[in-house]
Amino acid sequence: GAMAAAGLGLVLLLMAGPSPGGGAGCGRDSLREELLLTPLPAGDVAATFQFRTRWDAELQRGTVSHYRLFPKALGRLVSALGVKELHLALTQGFWRTQMWGQPPLQAPAGAELWVWFQPTVTDVDKAWKELSNILSGIFCASLNFIDSTNTVTPTASFKPLGLANGTDHHLLRYAVLPREVVCTENLTPWKKLLPCGSKAGLAVLLKAERLFHSSYHSQAVHIRPICRDASCLAVSWELRQTLTVVFDSFSSGQGKKDWSLFRMFSRTLTDACPLASESKVYVDISPKNKEKELLEVTPAPTSVHEAIVQGEKRTYAVYDLLSPSLFNTSRSLNVQLKWARPQDSSEMPTPILHAQRYVGGYGLQTGQICTLIHNTHPYRAFPVILLETVPWYLRLYVHTLTIITKGKENKPSYIHYQPAQDRRRPHLLEMLIQLPANSITKVTIQFERALLKWTEYPPDPNHGFYVSSSVLSALVPSVIAMKDVDVEQSPLFTSLFPSSDGSSYFVRLYTEPLLVNLPTPDFSMPYNVICLTCTVVAVCYGSFYNLLTRTFHVEEPSRGGLAKRLANIIRKFRGVPPL
Amino acid sequence: MAATVPAGGRVRGAAALLLGCCAAALASGVQDQAEQFFRSGHTNNWAVLVCTSRFWFNYRHVANTLSVYRSVKRLGIPDSHIVLMLADDMACNPRNPKPATVFSHKNMELNVYGDDVEVDYRSYEVTVENFLRVLTGRIPPSTPRSKRLLSDDRSNILIYMTGHGGNGFLKFQDSEEITNVELADAFEQMWQKRRYNELLFIIDTCQGASMYERFYSPNIMALASSQVGEDSLSHQPDLGIGVHLMDRYTFYVLEFLEEIHPASQTNMNDLFQVCPKSLCVSTPGHRTDLFQRDPQNVLITDFFGSVRKVEITTETLSLDSDLAGFESKLPVDELATEPLKYAEQLPVAQIIHQKPKQKDWHPPGGFILGLWALIIMVFFKTYGIKHMKHVF
Repeated sequence: GAMAAAGLGLVLLLMAGPSPGGGAGCGRDSLREELLLTPLPAGDVAATFQFRTRWDAELQRGTVSHYRLFPKALGRLVSALGVKELHLALTQGFWRTQMWGQPPLQAPAGAELWVWFQPTVTDVDKAWKELSNILSGIFCASLNFIDSTNTVTPTASFKPLGLANGTDHHLLRYAVLPREVVCTENLTPWKKLLPCGSKAGLAVLLKAERLFHSSYHSQAVHIRPICRDASCLAVSWELRQTLTVVFDSFSSGQGKKDWSLFRMFSRTLTDACPLASESKVYVDISPKNKEKELLEVTPAPTSVHEAIVQGEKRTYAVYDLLSPSLFNTSRSLNVQLKWARPQDSSEMPTPILHAQRYVGGYGLQTGQICTLIHNTHPYRAFPVILLETVPWYLRLYVHTLTIITKGKENKPSYIHYQPAQDRRRPHLLEMLIQLPANSITKVTIQFERALLKWTEYPPDPNHGFYVSSSVLSALVPSVIAMKDVDVEQSPLFTSLFPSSDGSSYFVRLYTEPLLVNLPTPDFSMPYNVICLTCTVVAVCYGSFYNLLTRTFHVEEPSRGGLAKRLANIIRKFRGVPPL
Repeated sequence: MAATVPAGGRVRGAAALLLGCCAAALASGVQDQAEQFFRSGHTNNWAVLVCTSRFWFNYRHVANTLSVYRSVKRLGIPDSHIVLMLADDMACNPRNPKPATVFSHKNMELNVYGDDVEVDYRSYEVTVENFLRVLTGRIPPSTPRSKRLLSDDRSNILIYMTGHGGNGFLKFQDSEEITNVELADAFEQMWQKRRYNELLFIIDTCQGASMYERFYSPNIMALASSQVGEDSLSHQPDLGIGVHLMDRYTFYVLEFLEEIHPASQTNMNDLFQVCPKSLCVSTPGHRTDLFQRDPQNVLITDFFGSVRKVEITTETLSLDSDLAGFESKLPVDELATEPLKYAEQLPVAQIIHQKPKQKDWHPPGGFILGLWALIIMVFFKTYGIKHMKHVF
């Protein structure tokens, strides 16, 4: 009895000993959730959700069998296919950089998937195909359409965002499906990957009917290896699920730019996810007017946090859902912002780097793709990498590529061009362009439209064909020097990209996707031709056949039916010739 | 003598009564056995729901399919056993005034899209080839599980198709058709591979009855919304959305299914009576000659629901709560010798001086090879073989 009790006590002590943070199991894992609300200059509100699961385990070796916070579907994917980094984004809408400012993390319209594989993977293309098929099953998206005709291997863009020993670009694959639709069936599996699902914490706000009634909706999954601690001798795996949505509070709020959580999401927050170690709501209350007054949010925040984000000093009101004082007065948290003076938000600061792209030309034979890149910094020049992926049926003429800045030709310091192969590979054009201060750079290239085989047209060919967005990667010089942030202590939205030095910050922008019409045949023509040919053959051949083979003989006129005979009798009586 | 007759008669009467009771008991026992014999022997349920129409004005076909999906999920078939194919996206279509919703009743009463929907084949993936591959199981090996029909010989499968059709064919996405012969052959392939126990085929298109005329595999029951030569009509438009929301036949089938719950005993004969000509304008048809059981004995939940047989046990099971041994077996992560670092996002100097990738050398093939062979042949024919010594 006593021995058993002592034994039990020992077992309990052993169990209670290690891992206070994570619980029993191999490796500790932790969850942080965060919501960032940013009022945008044009009156909209951007809400960025980030759910970050960090797991101290070695996924590559395939020895892991117990999954707790890290979803098993993604963990098995990483270990089985030798994935070093995975970024998948599904987006509906377009981030208007000119009106809304620099995005925290932008994604192109449609589906974007880019993956770095481990050096141990021998057949990268096979692993890429398998990966896209598995992801299409997990996220209910048509990612199985990713094949060699829309996959490229960039040589200078898309460097790994996580730990990397060397960057052999043969291990990188990038593909965009611009025609991909994002709807509830993509949101549902995304929500199911969260440890608390959509039942507790910040994810209760994610209701499809409100999220898709917005100007921009982007949901993404990022998996990468990160440093486990400051000494960086061991690797942890980080899964970030981000969701950015921009609500047009002006048009839906009856002309007022005031917003609240309830008005945006038709829900309020009631508690934090019990599995999360940190659960916070940040509201950007940086001053927008000349008096430098902070914006007022109700209820009162638990603290105020200042950070330098994208080269600017910003102030955030912080609501910590795990602090007991937050839910003292009311059971639910409904963050509200009322603009004291409506004209405060009319000032629109221009972002330092933004770009547009459009198709020029006329007719269905030729055209040109023009990209305008704006550098609005008053005195600093910086380089930008432009990555363009053009489908093979728009045949680019590289000798017509011109880059003009301020009226003069601007020669890029690095060009990588990989021409397309019909039905096998798309065009890839990567250039490192130096943007002088306060300038607009115009990049134009002409193309010719190809005629596809009639079975290659989609069921709705008159909609047009999409050209995926160009990617601009740049290190933008920042106004204020930024210091190195400790990833664990600072908010998640400041640690998206690893920072190299304090004088500039990395930004990745996407231009608009293009919609071009290809010369479309009349699909009823095969039917018409068959009908016409068969008719002609039938008439000609049939007539000839009849003329040649028919024999004619005289036929006795028939006596006629009963009615005719009666009529003939009556006519005989009348003396009229018979019928 | 007179006393024995009534006694004998009484005995005989009692014997007759006893015999009668035995006979009755035997008969009911036989009837029970017979009923057991005719009760369905399926152990799992699958559903393949296909909407084949594209474009916004075919909203009603997507709403049809989603209503059947919703009923089937409500009656117990899980998402992993449903293959849902929608040829176009109506919920997040830019023309939809209420994004992320698909309504089946006017005045937006019932949102059949909901919050928990899993569409397996979307948009351009809904083709005749993919549909036939799903049915016959001849799918490329990299297809994920959610896109496969993993049925076995004890599965009851519900196949629902809707779209635009004609006499003997069903149109897929306005660019291709599937004919009734192809469909019948696909079902025969399924029967040969024992991929179903019983199959219920419902089709809601114009001239739908032509699609089941050619079936020849056993255990198939088919329903259609209209006969050959008739059009299936749509039910009602919604002025807010601007298009017709549902087809009549599926609307009344949905109303009928809303009454069904997992334990209901309604049988197929009631389903055949759904939507008479006065409501549907077209004449719904059905075909049961290939089906072995009497439709009277077939429950609706045999196909639309997934009723599991649950056995309750009273013995207890104790789980081992000692995790101390498990923790000691954890592999210790090996540490790197020097600190790892993050990659530089835009290393300008490294990019500019990047060596161009060595192109893999391929031996010349095809045209170039032929051209050189021709040139060499002409040379040697002109100048003769003895000039080869100049070459070597």
